[in-house]
Amino acid sequence: MTEAPAPALETVEVTCVFQVSQGLLRGSKPLRAVNGVSLKIPRGQVVGLVGESGCGKSTMANILLGLQRPSSGDVLYAGNSAAGFSRREIARRIQPIFQDPYSSLNPTKTIESIVSQPLRIHSVGAPSEWSARVGEMLDVVGLPRRVASSYPSQLSGGQRQRVAIARALIMRPEVVICDEPTSALDVSVQSQILNLLQDLKEEFGLTYLLISHNLAVVQHMADRVAVMYLGRIVEEADSDTLFNDPRHPYTRALLGSVLTPDPRLGVPDTHLGAVFPNPIDPPPGCTFHPRCPDCMTICRSEPPQPAVDGGHNTECHLYGGAVTPRTATQ
Amino acid sequence: MSGTILEVENLSVDIPVAAGMLHPVRGIGFSVSRGETLCIVGESGCGKSLTSLAIMGLLPKTARRNADRIEFLGRDIRNLREREMARLRGGSMSMIFQEPMTSLNPSYTIGNQLAEVYLRHVEQSRAAARDRAVFLLEKVGISSAASRLGQYPHQLSGGQRQRVMIAMALMCGPELIIADEPTTALDVTIQAQILHLLAELQREFRMGMILITHDLGIVARVADKVQVMYAGKTVEEGPCETVFDAPMHPYTQGLLRCIPIPGRTRRGERLGSVPGIVPNLVGELSGCLFRNRCDHARDACAGMRDDEPTRMGDGHAYTCLRAPGEISGELQAAEAP
Repeated sequence: MTEAPAPALETVEVTCVFQVSQGLLRGSKPLRAVNGVSLKIPRGQVVGLVGESGCGKSTMANILLGLQRPSSGDVLYAGNSAAGFSRREIARRIQPIFQDPYSSLNPTKTIESIVSQPLRIHSVGAPSEWSARVGEMLDVVGLPRRVASSYPSQLSGGQRQRVAIARALIMRPEVVICDEPTSALDVSVQSQILNLLQDLKEEFGLTYLLISHNLAVVQHMADRVAVMYLGRIVEEADSDTLFNDPRHPYTRALLGSVLTPDPRLGVPDTHLGAVFPNPIDPPPGCTFHPRCPDCMTICRSEPPQPAVDGGHNTECHLYGGAVTPRTATQ
Repeated sequence: MSGTILEVENLSVDIPVAAGMLHPVRGIGFSVSRGETLCIVGESGCGKSLTSLAIMGLLPKTARRNADRIEFLGRDIRNLREREMARLRGGSMSMIFQEPMTSLNPSYTIGNQLAEVYLRHVEQSRAAARDRAVFLLEKVGISSAASRLGQYPHQLSGGQRQRVMIAMALMCGPELIIADEPTTALDVTIQAQILHLLAELQREFRMGMILITHDLGIVARVADKVQVMYAGKTVEEGPCETVFDAPMHPYTQGLLRCIPIPGRTRRGERLGSVPGIVPNLVGELSGCLFRNRCDHARDACAGMRDDEPTRMGDGHAYTCLRAPGEISGELQAAEAP
C-alpha cells in the first residue's frame, strides 16, 4: 500500500444547495446547507462534528452516506471519488446510526427482519445463514437472542439503539456515521451505548463520525473535532487541542455552554446574541459576526480565510494572517 | 416558614391500567420557598413530570391523586374546584413545558397568546396586556418586541419560542414557576442562555421555581435543593452542593458515574453504568425498588420501608439501608488517588 493511507472518508470542498420556496409567487432562494466543506476522517479514528441545529451537520451525514448528492465538490471513499460507486456500494462501506431509535426502526417488522435487512438487500450469503448471523450480531451488541422475534415496541430505548447498532454493523462497514446516537436516551443508558460503541470500535476496527451537540460526549469519544457553523467548518483540531485551546469565538461559546455537574458554578453567560441568522439570507462577511463577542470592522464585510496552524484550522479574522490571537480585540 | 410558597406531603398518583393499578408517583414530599429553586431529577418514567402535573391539577382524567397536603401560599388546594384551579394556573402558578413547538398555538399570533393569559387573570384592558407583553418580551431578550406581537410561532426559532413561553409564564407575575425540561429540545448555547435568563428573572421577581430535568449538569448549576427520584419515590434529597459532593444513594452515585465529565473522565475510558431496567410499577410494590439494579443489594432490601429515609442533617436524606459511615468511608476511599 501507499505510505500515507488515504482517509477512510474525505470530503473535498463539498457544497450542498437547496432551493427553498419563498411562497407561491415569490420564487425560491438558495440555501447553502453545506458550503465548501473539506473534512478528512482517518481510518480507525473518531471524528466529532459539533454545531447547533441548522448548521448543516445532518446534511453532511446524508452526503457522506450517499443519500444526498452534493451540488459541487466530491466525497472520497478511501481515496476514490464517489462518482465511481453506486448507492449500494456506498452502503456496504458506510452505515448510519440515527438519533431516535423509536422512529428509525420499522414498527411492523421483527428485530430479526430489521437486523438482517442489509443481508437481504446485498444478498450476502445463503438465506439459511441469516438467522445465525443475526444471532451473532445480537450477542455482539449485548442483546439476548430471544429478542430476535420481538417487535421494536417491545424493547426499551436503549435496547432499540442496540438493534440499530446491530443493523449498522452486520455488513461489517468501515465507517459508521453516528448522528446524535445517545441524545434520545437516559443518562444511565447513554453510558452503556457509549461504552458499547467504544468496544465495537476496538473489536471491528471501525471509524466513526460522531455528530453530536453534547460536547462532553464528543470530548469523551473523539480523536479529532470539527466545529460547524452555518454550513462552514469554522474550527478543526485534535480533540485535546480544541478543548484546551479553543480559538474561534463560536467554539469558545460552545465549550462555555457545557454544563458540568459542578454545584459551585452557576450558569455561564455565553455572550452570544439571541438571534440565530437566517441561513437563506446569511449575514455578509463572517456569518458569525452578528453573534460574535469579538466582532471587528473587517468581520462585517470580509469572509475570513482558513488559517492553518499545524493541525489546528481556524476560520476567523482573529487568526487570519498576522493578527495575533486575543490581542486583536484589545 | 413564612417564605414557603408550596408544600407537598406524601403525594401519590395512581392510574388504573389494564394490568391493574399503576403507581407512577408513590408518596413524595417537598417544599419550595420564595426565590428558591428545587430541581427534581430522574430518568424517564420516574414520575417527575406527573408530579408537576399533579400539583397543577392537570393529570389525565383517569389518574387519581392523593396527598396528605398540597398547600400553595398557605391555602390547601387539594379540593379546589376546576374553576378555582384554573384561576391559579397561569396566574400565581405557571408552567413552562418542554416543547416550545407544540405548546404554542400555531394559529394565533404571539401577541394574542400573551395577552390572553393577562386578560383572563388580571384585567380587561387590551392596551395594558399589550404593554405587559412588550415589557416581558424585552425582558426575555427578544429584539424589536413590539413588532413581534403580530408574528406567529412558526416565524420564530426554537430558542425564541421558549423565550416567548417564559414571557407567557411571567405575564401575571406568578409566585411559582414549574419548568418541565425547559431546555431539552434546545441547542447547548441556547440552553445556557435560557437557563441564565430563568435564573435572572427568578432573582428579580423572587419566584419559587421547580425545575424538572434529567440533566445532572443543569441541576448542579441551578438548583438550591435537589430531589432525586427513582420509580416514583424520592431516593435522595438535600442541598445541591451536599448531594453532589457526597451522594449517598447508590442510584445517585450511579447516575453521576454515567456521565462523561470533561477534565475528570479520560477519553475512551469506560463510563460507569446502572445496569438493568426500571421495575414495573403496576400492582403491589414493596421494599427498595432499586434493589434489582443495585451493587449493594442484600436480603433486607426486599423488606425495607421506603418511607423512612436516613436523615443526615441540613436537609440531606436518602432512602437506603446502608449506614452513613459505610458510604462516606467508600466515598473518601474513591477520592484518594
